[in-house]
Amino acid sequence: MSDPLLTVKNLYKHFDISGGFLDQIGFSGGKFTRTRTLVKAVNNISFELKAGETFSVVGESGCGKSTLGRTIMGLYPPNSGEILYRGDRIDGLDHQRMLPYRKKMQMVFQDPYASLNPRKTIRQALGDPLCYHNPQLNDGEVKDRIDEVMLQVGGDPQWISRMPHEFSGGQRQRISIARALIVDPEFVVADEPISALDVSIQAQILNLMMDLQQQYNLAYLFVAHDLSVVEHLSDRVGVMYLGTMCELSETGILFERPRHPYTQALMSAIPKLTGGASDHMRLKGEVPTPINLPSGCVFHGRCPHVNQRCIDEIPQLCTLNDGRQVACHGVEEGRI
Amino acid sequence: MSTHGKFKDSFLWYSFKRDKIAIASLLVLVVLIFISVFAPLIAPYNPYDPEMIDIMNSEIPPVWEDGGEKAFLLGTDSQGRDMLSTMIYGMRISIIIGLGAVALQAVLGVLIGLFAGYHGGRLDAFFMRAADVQLSFSYLMVAIFMSAILQAIVGVARFGEIAVPFLILVIGFSQWPQYARTVRGSVLAERKKEYVEAARVAGFTSARIILKQIFPNTLSPILVLSTIQVANAVMSEAALSFLGLGMPIDRPSLGSLINSGFEYIFSGAWWITALPGLLLVILVLSINMLGDFLRDVFNPKLYKG
Amino acid sequence: MKKLLEVKDLVIKFALRTGEVTATNGVSFTLKKGERLGLVGESGAGKSVTGFSIINLISKPGYIAAGKVDFLGEDLAKIGDEKMRSIRGNRISMIFQDPMMTLNPVLTIGTQMTETLHQHNPQMGKEEARNIALDKLRKVYIPSPEKRLDQYPHEFSGGMRQRIIIAIALLTDPELIIADEPTTALDVTIQAEIMELLIELCETEDMGLILITHDLAVVGQVTQNIAVMYAGSVVEKGPTAQVIAEPQHPYTQGLIAALPQSSRHGERLNQIPGMMPTLKDIPPGCAFNPRCNQVMDICKTETPGLRPGKNGNLAACHLYPPGQEEQG
Repeated sequence: MSDPLLTVKNLYKHFDISGGFLDQIGFSGGKFTRTRTLVKAVNNISFELKAGETFSVVGESGCGKSTLGRTIMGLYPPNSGEILYRGDRIDGLDHQRMLPYRKKMQMVFQDPYASLNPRKTIRQALGDPLCYHNPQLNDGEVKDRIDEVMLQVGGDPQWISRMPHEFSGGQRQRISIARALIVDPEFVVADEPISALDVSIQAQILNLMMDLQQQYNLAYLFVAHDLSVVEHLSDRVGVMYLGTMCELSETGILFERPRHPYTQALMSAIPKLTGGASDHMRLKGEVPTPINLPSGCVFHGRCPHVNQRCIDEIPQLCTLNDGRQVACHGVEEGRI
Repeated sequence: MSTHGKFKDSFLWYSFKRDKIAIASLLVLVVLIFISVFAPLIAPYNPYDPEMIDIMNSEIPPVWEDGGEKAFLLGTDSQGRDMLSTMIYGMRISIIIGLGAVALQAVLGVLIGLFAGYHGGRLDAFFMRAADVQLSFSYLMVAIFMSAILQAIVGVARFGEIAVPFLILVIGFSQWPQYARTVRGSVLAERKKEYVEAARVAGFTSARIILKQIFPNTLSPILVLSTIQVANAVMSEAALSFLGLGMPIDRPSLGSLINSGFEYIFSGAWWITALPGLLLVILVLSINMLGDFLRDVFNPKLYKG
Repeated sequence: MKKLLEVKDLVIKFALRTGEVTATNGVSFTLKKGERLGLVGESGAGKSVTGFSIINLISKPGYIAAGKVDFLGEDLAKIGDEKMRSIRGNRISMIFQDPMMTLNPVLTIGTQMTETLHQHNPQMGKEEARNIALDKLRKVYIPSPEKRLDQYPHEFSGGMRQRIIIAIALLTDPELIIADEPTTALDVTIQAEIMELLIELCETEDMGLILITHDLAVVGQVTQNIAVMYAGSVVEKGPTAQVIAEPQHPYTQGLIAALPQSSRHGERLNQIPGMMPTLKDIPPGCAFNPRCNQVMDICKTETPGLRPGKNGNLAACHLYPPGQEEQG
């Protein structure tokens, strides 16, 4: 086994949404107190990613999967934990020392209508990052590189003098991918890259991403909620619930027999083309807010197999015989 | 250039062609600005030249009134200056002060708004509270205070020479919060968009992201605000001059002209006040109408709802 | 079974400043009482416009240029606004994608529900209206409805809000519900619950359902029949299971093959080249011909009507012999 490209260790990301200082002041029990409201978006996440691999993070909205991707990209500073790229810590680096990693790590965004600056031509959108990282290139070389990348993503070099609003969603997503590719990255975070696209366009973009991966040995961190896409594309999958990783495994193993009760519920909810009676496993209650995390296992309030230990003690990821990691007392004890 | 072709297909041009009020306003404005710019060539007399002023010609009514003279189409003021020429030069000063003050407001306000909005936190809190404090002072109060001090320092006679930059500074500094607030609002909306995150992923410095990525996307509200602010600045200048705190009577702006004629209004010489007043209304109205049009085009929600 | 709704040769046009565009071009389908029909297509295919046109809710530049919408013997395309109001929100209800857009954030759920009832029945007493509202909230499985009735929309989760929207749609015991992407904004686990709820309600209340969505899997789970739309026309219709198992039209075939399937992990997906034309530049002949992998010469000149394919599904495609063009 080769060394991991990316290592995430015990990552925490909490957002302070308590507003200004005056908003935080409260009055209770006869004295003034300062209360802070924290959204605990990512809690104690650890995983590794190898070069050329696709690792998907799935979960429902609000589970912290997008925050995880953005924190790894350095868009948010983590509260604690480590992010290592080829063994070097990249969390908390200043702008200058982060620059070399910006070339290696890129991102593709969800909304093709918001991710391209509406006032920049495609040439600027692609050329600006390229020139910024490679100031030695002359105009001809920049143009050649833009043309080359446009062809790779199935675009037309003619597009580059146009503005983003002249393109459809699928075309814009190709341009966004081209922008990520132009600096020659090894690792791309793809945050729901196809969920805003039509079905027939989704397949085109997925194929493009798979082709590019083969060609350049790209590693993807694929953030998605669409389980069938994740199953198709990923080598390994991590399932997140309320900011924590509840199951992490190779794709085939996971989809064949999910072990964590939440994963089981999630999988049973996938609508199947063939229809018929659904074997959907209903969960009781609703997802709690990430402001007041439940004690113990974050899933305990909705889990059909809950017992006292689940309420008291936070389960840690433990590795099973088939190589998968599950954070569940029930699985660990062998009762699920 | 291809941008020209694009402009012809744009929604702005399309709406403009169909909006008679906007077309009329722009026409009036262009004519007024043209006259102001080429005032020395167009005005029949030079009101700043004492040689051309004869006190014997004072208070001659406009040409269509009894006693009017062909030499002075719109009559003369109490000092015998040709009204038409004086108004043209006055409008020129009004427009210079208006544009200058807005340029100053815009530079200050846009920069503060961009950086405060993007960085948030303490910087943002500081500037926005400063803006609140600034807006809670009436600019008139500030202007009265400042001009009193300034006149005491340099003397009333020399005050006339520095009146234009003084008015630009007073009006410019008192109104920057308008720009800062507007720009900050758009920055808060833009900063959440994914293209900004994409720029951060590309490794750009925050100054570069603010100026090259976000700033172009805040231009429409800035443009709309600018038209309104130019009109406001022209009005403010007129108000200050009317109160005697602005342009001196030997280099009158529209406001000081109105003021100078005010005492003659009951002695029958209404034109000294009314004509510059009418010109001021036309100037401000055409700018405001154009601003309304731009606001409607750039923010369709306002009028469709 | 009794016919509930018949849409026939519906043509909807939009008068834009750049000229007139046709949003739907002769859409026809029928719905029996209690039947669940899926209207499937990508964005811009004309599926939402078709749904809105049934209850005359097309926004301004759009209008019904031709065709009829027969609802229990009444042509909804022709009746006046006054009469339409007695049908819309009463005998035909609508469910939208975003529950927050439909619910008024400053009124309690109870007020909004009783308002709706009063709108259609001014004589109804306060107590009675409240009881009906409670009954509907129970039907959509809102826990402790008495308490929830006095809460505001922001106090509910996304899934709960969508349940409330459904409860509001049920208030007047409609015969038909038009649901426009009702689960698109929801998470999978909640989507599954809402789908189950819709099926159950249609069965117990004998309601018709038109489910407008882009998601073939959702349609596969919920509906009995399906109409696939492309560039403003229905290109295929038939029983859901049959259309999904043996699609006849090349577009439907391509669409289904483009879905990721677990059996073909990591392989390239089947992709339809190009993209759907915008309404302004629909090509002559079959609208799908530039993207079709089985295109023939005739496809570029003649627009195919719906005709039976190999398994009896109706498909608008020249691959199948013409002649038995569907009437009604």
